[in-house]
Amino acid sequence: MTKMLNEMKPSESGTVKKIISEGKIKRRLYDMGVTPGASIIVKKLAPLGDPIEITIRGYELTLRKSEAECVEMEVNE
Amino acid sequence: MKFALVGNPNSGKTTLFNSLTGATAHVGNWPGVTVDKREGTYKKLKENISIVDLPGIYSLSPYTPEEVVSRNFIIDEKPDCVINIVDATNLERNLYLTTQLLEIDVPIIIALNMMDSVKKSGDEIDTKELAKNLAIPVCEISALKGDGIKELMEKAYEVAQTKRAGTTVLVHSDLGNLVKVTAEKLNDKQVSSPLFHAIKLIEEDSIEVSMHQDVLTEIEPLRATYTKNEFDGDFEGMVADARYKYITMHFNKIIKKANRNSNETTSDKIDKVLTHKIWGIPIFIVLMFIVFHLVFSEDLLFLNSLFGLEIRNSGWINFFTGMGYDGILEEAILNGEDAVLAGIPSLGVFLQSWMGWLTGSIIDLVRGWFANGGVDETWYAGLICDGLLTGIDSIFSFLPQILLLFLFISILEDSGYMARVAFIMDRAFRKFGLSGKAFIPLLMGFGCSVPAMMATKTLEDEKERDMTIRLAPFFSCGAKAPIWAMLATVVAGSFLGDIFVFSIYLLGIVIAILSALIIKAFSKKKDVPPFIMELPAYHMPQFKNLVAHLWEKLKHFLYKASTIITAAIILIWFLSNFEWAFWRGMVDDISESILADLGHVLQYVFYPLGWSMGSEGWKYTVASITGLIAKEDVVATMSQLGLEEGTIALSNAQIYAFAAYNLFTLPCFAAVATAKGESTKKGFLVTILWWLLASYVVSMVIYWIGYSFELFWWLGLIVVIILISLIIGLGFIVANKRKNKQEKRVA
Repeated sequence: MTKMLNEMKPSESGTVKKIISEGKIKRRLYDMGVTPGASIIVKKLAPLGDPIEITIRGYELTLRKSEAECVEMEVNE
Repeated sequence: MKFALVGNPNSGKTTLFNSLTGATAHVGNWPGVTVDKREGTYKKLKENISIVDLPGIYSLSPYTPEEVVSRNFIIDEKPDCVINIVDATNLERNLYLTTQLLEIDVPIIIALNMMDSVKKSGDEIDTKELAKNLAIPVCEISALKGDGIKELMEKAYEVAQTKRAGTTVLVHSDLGNLVKVTAEKLNDKQVSSPLFHAIKLIEEDSIEVSMHQDVLTEIEPLRATYTKNEFDGDFEGMVADARYKYITMHFNKIIKKANRNSNETTSDKIDKVLTHKIWGIPIFIVLMFIVFHLVFSEDLLFLNSLFGLEIRNSGWINFFTGMGYDGILEEAILNGEDAVLAGIPSLGVFLQSWMGWLTGSIIDLVRGWFANGGVDETWYAGLICDGLLTGIDSIFSFLPQILLLFLFISILEDSGYMARVAFIMDRAFRKFGLSGKAFIPLLMGFGCSVPAMMATKTLEDEKERDMTIRLAPFFSCGAKAPIWAMLATVVAGSFLGDIFVFSIYLLGIVIAILSALIIKAFSKKKDVPPFIMELPAYHMPQFKNLVAHLWEKLKHFLYKASTIITAAIILIWFLSNFEWAFWRGMVDDISESILADLGHVLQYVFYPLGWSMGSEGWKYTVASITGLIAKEDVVATMSQLGLEEGTIALSNAQIYAFAAYNLFTLPCFAAVATAKGESTKKGFLVTILWWLLASYVVSMVIYWIGYSFELFWWLGLIVVIILISLIIGLGFIVANKRKNKQEKRVA
């Protein structure tokens, strides 16, 4: 199932399909290892509901929902 | 010889740098940006090696000042060797930067850090295979324990004697041919490190495009053949993807993961509590309260308030609580009474009392010398004792608390908790154009603006840093509290005193929020800096790093104190002790001084603010000026000028306006000097202007609202309603404008 990263719930996991963004945000995502094929586990939401915390390439990464909106995911069933 | 340290943030780079350079380390600024430049010397080889610690980065992209600085340094200054520190517990992402560094024509060696924790967890890393793959030497080290550092430096020294041409992992990818062709073209143009520049050019990196537009045009047809894949011609994506693909492919061969019973690490367990959905925020508030309590409380653990603990003047207790030197004891003995201390002071207050005793004793000693020589009435004795020493004393008495507060925040930062604070608080702060990380410095503003401004170093975005520095003094600091306390006694109906003080603190926060919104609305660049941030694993803060960090800040502060701050203090001392015909000697009373005359003139500038009206208005003006030395001097100067409870003839509106003026105007010189050091040049100017503007406008508005209330209550109400509708109206206009712009952009 295809979903955007910001729509995924904690403990859901999946694989990055595509980054739909430009400039700084896109580059930052790539640099941090959010590239097509990378697997992601959504760990949790911040107490106020945003940003989110994910595990990628063996480390913890946090990003805002507005930024997670740019990451298209193939969610594992 | 010169070596550069390059690596990801949280890779242990600072620890390695500290153990390599020790006491030789010093900090400066990279030209043009507010990024720290750390340099030092390693002395244990045949020749002394100068070590440059480049800022922690994830990539050599052109988007952050840290990345640009590192990139320019390696390419332009050509260090003899680049030591790439790689966190072995996070190999995959750390090697991403390595794949970029490899492309530069410079000798590189990898320092594989934290190998001890890898081994402890049972994992295995095939270092030899890694070195073979990357074709550069790899040394296992533990920066923390100091293991393998000597071997690393010896190997680096060896490598530095050789030459190395750049290599790239992209040759194995689809992009291989394109990279080769582009690099050859750049090589023909005599560009050094052609491989690096070629790949950056293919990525359409802004720096490279401006330098090699011609080559980009030449390779355009070849580039065009790469558009039919999932990236739709996004070369940045293709390159990053190729790098990570290479790493993952070889990664499996290099690392052997041990079988673990659970996937949950200690860090995960701590995180579960500290960033808990419900408890995360309360825990944070409690932690911050503990920090403040330890630094500022005069009643540790509320022993006095809760249990009525009192200490009477028994020598050693007074000694250990530091209070014996606070004048309390001596005064009590003089009066033949018991000195009673309510509760035990916190560490911060204890150190402050000690510092006060130390500086006070020095002043007394010097005064004694002058008195013995019979020259205590001369101008130079006055300059040294009343000007210089007393001024420095008022700053130094805060120094222990400044440093202690900064130390606690450094501990939170070093342990990895600060990144979680940003994670917890980000949502609440985004509306004001700030990220969650700005919360800590702003909160620290309640203690002291100086460490608050120092703490903005943790903010990545320069603009956000400037903004946070601008807002920090609006959070009423400890030195301003005596002003509010004194004014509270004068506000009509002293039962309103606590409400008055509380409302001042609240006013500060409200104006800070309004300032953030207004500045955000007027700033040209609308894009929020990305908040895509690593949450590093928790670890014990390193004592050595903390001390180095604190020492750095102390040195910086002492430098400022000995230059700009001292100069400013002497100037104000001179103005308040001399008349225009200064050769005639010092005046007996501040009311005859140059400063008094200036007060009489400046009084008219502040006329619209209410509090400087009338025959005594100049006194309030003068007090505000001496407040620049340290804010509690406002109170001292007022009492010098005979303004105390009972003699202050201001209306409530005038008092409130005076308080607001002192809250928002320029903070003390120490804070101004710190702001200058931590902000960008342009940001600092805006900050100064903003402080002057905000203090003037807010004070004026408060006075006129209060004044109209004092005339007729309904007039006041009308004025307030008009003001509120004005603000709401303005807000709407700005919001509409932005909406229109966005719609245009979409269209």
